[in-house]
Amino acid sequence: MRIWTRGGALFAAASAIVMIAGCGSSGGGSASSGSSGGGSATQGLTPPQAGTAVPSSVGKTEGHLNLIAWEGYAQPQWVKPFQQATGCQVSAKYAGTSSEMVSLMAGGGGGQYDLVSASGDADLRLIYSGDVKPININLISNWKNFHPFLQNPPFNTIGGKHYGISYEFGPNVLLYSKKAFPSAPTSWSVLYNKKYAGEVTVPNNPIQIADAALYLSKTQPSLGITDPYELTQPQFNAAVNLLKQQRPLIKKYWDLASQEESLFQSGTTVVGAAWPLQTNTLVAAGAKVADTIPSQGATGWADTWMLATKAPHPNCAYKWMQWATTPKVQAQQAIFFGETPANKLACPIMDQISKGSCAAYHANAPESYFQTLKFWKTPLAQCGNGKNDCVPFQQWVSAWTQITG
Amino acid sequence: MTSTIVQPSPPTAGPPGGGQARLSAALWRRAWLRATLTLSPPLAWFLVIYLASLVVMLITAFWTVDPFTNTLVHSWTLANFQQLFTSTYLTIIGRTVAMAALVTVTDAVLAFPFAYFMARVASPRGRQLLFTAVLLPLWASYLARVYAWIVILQKGGTLSWFFTKIGLGAVNIGYTNTAMWLVFSYIWLPFMIVPVYAALERIPDSLLEASGDLGARNWRTLRTVLLPLALPGVVAGSIFTFSLTLGDFITPLLVGGASSNFIGNVIYANIGTANNLPFAAALALVPIVIMIFYLLGARALGAFESL
Repeated sequence: MRIWTRGGALFAAASAIVMIAGCGSSGGGSASSGSSGGGSATQGLTPPQAGTAVPSSVGKTEGHLNLIAWEGYAQPQWVKPFQQATGCQVSAKYAGTSSEMVSLMAGGGGGQYDLVSASGDADLRLIYSGDVKPININLISNWKNFHPFLQNPPFNTIGGKHYGISYEFGPNVLLYSKKAFPSAPTSWSVLYNKKYAGEVTVPNNPIQIADAALYLSKTQPSLGITDPYELTQPQFNAAVNLLKQQRPLIKKYWDLASQEESLFQSGTTVVGAAWPLQTNTLVAAGAKVADTIPSQGATGWADTWMLATKAPHPNCAYKWMQWATTPKVQAQQAIFFGETPANKLACPIMDQISKGSCAAYHANAPESYFQTLKFWKTPLAQCGNGKNDCVPFQQWVSAWTQITG
Repeated sequence: MTSTIVQPSPPTAGPPGGGQARLSAALWRRAWLRATLTLSPPLAWFLVIYLASLVVMLITAFWTVDPFTNTLVHSWTLANFQQLFTSTYLTIIGRTVAMAALVTVTDAVLAFPFAYFMARVASPRGRQLLFTAVLLPLWASYLARVYAWIVILQKGGTLSWFFTKIGLGAVNIGYTNTAMWLVFSYIWLPFMIVPVYAALERIPDSLLEASGDLGARNWRTLRTVLLPLALPGVVAGSIFTFSLTLGDFITPLLVGGASSNFIGNVIYANIGTANNLPFAAALALVPIVIMIFYLLGARALGAFESL
């Protein structure tokens, strides 16, 4: 179920930067058009917990571990062996959205929670509110087996400090019917092509505007889009207009992965934006579909296990981070949820569990493939260029309501 | 006289539980105290949980959210309501209300003959069977029934198969507003049949006989006797079908198409995704206001006597 909230979840890292920019004397309420605010986003600011000492070894386990997780992230198949091996009894609290995760973690986890499986959009918010603290990455031996781009990603590593360990990720791919497309489409333009009117489906999610912006960044360079999550008003308007033109072509804006699956299974739609999960479910069900990442690249998501500042069971938490990054758990998680493991060594185990799954989830793709992914982050008024003229996420949501009618 | 009334109260002198006995005697004598104590928990529940939350929502609708910090700003503004009156939201409100009205009319037209048959034609045994048939779908999950309709309506689904078989060609009405209309009408139909049945059943046979004796044909009897007497039942049923459709967001999400957003879907997006509580609150007031007027109208038509 997390699946359909994940996108919606996206939002809110806003408050992260809040802490950063808003702390000045600019006074929250006045800044509506980007005239005030605290200058360039995260630069030069130190997360509150940056100075917290990290342990040099994992001590005696405490017997308990409390997780905040996406549903499907604490399955018995890898939780039970963990409990037997470490004696840490795992209790998982499932969150539906990123905002829910952030509020559960308020006050450093409230002395109740140890770890949270936060998505890229919530990470900065948790780091800059001081709710999570740095970890000693050397205690997690599998870290060095990660894809390089997930070892020190900017959404969980600040100033060389790791505020958690990357877990799993996934791209938003172009799903197409092989009947309609004998060869794989090479551009997202098929989603905007009148030829497929009434046969297109995309997620019902405001962050879809970033997908349009990514497409425009390559097809209309004059707009000057460099980051699809940081759009000035003219860039934003261009993306919204593109999506408004797309609206008549759309059969359905999907909310659940299963909806898109049945749309393709019945042949109602022939092309759409999707996750690898849908492709693999459909292929397993015998549907003639495939997915691709077009030349413009794609958006994607990435999750991190983050350690609560007031974690009551830190040793069990370290044990869990070690366990969750082992190739086997990484592979099990990837196949259970339909995403890609951070650990490169998980690939052969994925193929053992389900033949061909490693390639299906692009777990063995070259580094250049991952460089084409633009990972989700929350659109904020503060742009990376130090100005405050970007369109914040609330406007993304109302524009999305306008687009979808 | 009073002493005999007091007599049934438990003995007050008994050493164990003397206080309890006195309390029970006191309660027994003071009916108002008893009523207050019995009623106050549900009343408090109603006031605190139900009304207070509505008031809080009303107040929230006048606040706003800071675009930089995404936190609530407690300064009074009408901006949320102004935003409501832009074409995007007026279209969505209009679609929701129109669908609710259409579903209500459809259900009334379907339910009336059915309820009439149940109330006045069917044998007692047949009536029982029909009642079961009407209520049986309510035992199954709402979601299961909506999903069943997706299978029926989608491209190459049951309906399309049936139409092809009888030579009418394939139909593809899955994920459209027509699909929503069909599903809503199906799902809320029992809520219309039951009150209409109750109203029809209460009409004495003698009235219909009198109408016949005075020379009225069937059609005239239906129009001048049955319909006016059953109207409060229809209106009572329409309260359910109208308000249930008005507040729904699952069916639009599951069977709706590209332009099928309801008020509920927009509220959901503003809370779950945007964290824009004030605007969601302002939008949530719309169905409340609509229902207040609807209920006032229904009361004028005597619907509440039929419930």
